[in-house]
Amino acid sequence: MEELKHIVESLLFVSDTPLGIDQLTNAVPGVQAEEMREALSALQREYEGRRGGFYLQQVAGGYQLRSRPEYQSWIRRLLQPQPARLSKAALETLAVIAYKQPVLRSDIEHIRGVDCGGVLRLLLEKRLIRILGRKEIPGRPLVYATSKRFLEVFGLRDLRELPTLEDMEEVGLAAPEAKSRLSDSIATNGEPAGEKVEPTGQKSLDSEESEVL
Amino acid sequence: MEEARYQVKIEVFEGPMDLLLHLVKKNEVEIYDIPIAVITEQYLSYIEWLQSMNIDLAGDFLVMAATLMHIKSRMLLPAHEEAGEEEDPRMQIARPLMEYMRIREAAKRLEERDVLGESVFLRAPEPPSLGEGDGQPLLQVGLFELIEAFQRILAANPDQDGVTFSADTLSVKDRIAQIADILEQRRTVTFTELFEPGAPRAELVVTLLALLEMVRVGIIRLVQYAAGGLIRVLYA
Repeated sequence: MEELKHIVESLLFVSDTPLGIDQLTNAVPGVQAEEMREALSALQREYEGRRGGFYLQQVAGGYQLRSRPEYQSWIRRLLQPQPARLSKAALETLAVIAYKQPVLRSDIEHIRGVDCGGVLRLLLEKRLIRILGRKEIPGRPLVYATSKRFLEVFGLRDLRELPTLEDMEEVGLAAPEAKSRLSDSIATNGEPAGEKVEPTGQKSLDSEESEVL
Repeated sequence: MEEARYQVKIEVFEGPMDLLLHLVKKNEVEIYDIPIAVITEQYLSYIEWLQSMNIDLAGDFLVMAATLMHIKSRMLLPAHEEAGEEEDPRMQIARPLMEYMRIREAAKRLEERDVLGESVFLRAPEPPSLGEGDGQPLLQVGLFELIEAFQRILAANPDQDGVTFSADTLSVKDRIAQIADILEQRRTVTFTELFEPGAPRAELVVTLLALLEMVRVGIIRLVQYAAGGLIRVLYA
């Protein structure tokens, strides 16, 4: 087990993308998924105990070594990265896509009440969203979804890790008894994305509403 | 005579939903119980003010103004006696407003996470130092290269004699989903890798059609490192 831990550690060290269990077991013949998971948990615990410069994050269906947020100011002084902030509009659009995918541009614009063309182009360029295909309705509009990169950037294991929309209550705006009334009508749209969608293309193309391509 | 230009701090609202939400919060009312007259009045006066400042208004703002006035007029009409459960006309905006508010909160929460490149970082990846791709420009694959490449594949897969009726033919839509899955896992794949040797001709054609559709829609790019070199499929 010691040696396996070290082997896995070296693999995580050299990879720039999150490594899935499959990729790891492929790289280490003779080791089963269960053993691999144990080694990874052991590593995770070690890093937690050590509270060193990095930790092991479960993200985008895999595992990845990342620096701790506590040290971000020093890291930024070293790397001097370009500021990575997304605009409010971009974040809102991203949130709509994350929760409502698969979704059309017109749906997004309906929810936000503004034109989204420029923002969508930006998000596509940053590879945070992707095009699943076209919906077979007049106009054949494009269908959008979030990408694996989205999960990586926001540190999500999978879409199910997103807090549900019902949890989003701005303080002081909705009274309890009316909330259930409204929630019922919103529930049809606001169900956790995990029910409908997977990060990969297959399942979402088969959703009951859209006949894509 | 030139109009005096004043430096005024303007509260900029991106869209009508943004503005409406601001008014709801400012007036400290409940979304599901909006005092429609007051809100409509404030909304309209804001629109007027913007117009007087010569600020271009998106049409969406005016659509919302019309919607608000329509709701207000419906509220003023006497309720029908025999009418069944007629929905509160304010639900027309209460629902989208509620949804918008939740999305805004969701966006805020997203930003608060440990964002890669902001609060957490990766070990800097090593750019490819040797081999394919170092410093060489990517060429866009032209249609003729594509045809040539496909013809080479067809030549390598001689047509089977006789007619085979196969029950499980792959549709272009399914193949697109498959290719998207491969790219999600592997980030890049070569053109030839997508064509299985020994596959029935129909499948080869479907794969080509799928790739062409994905390029057309903008999901993927086809590139070559050198003229006549390997064609690679990348996410756009």
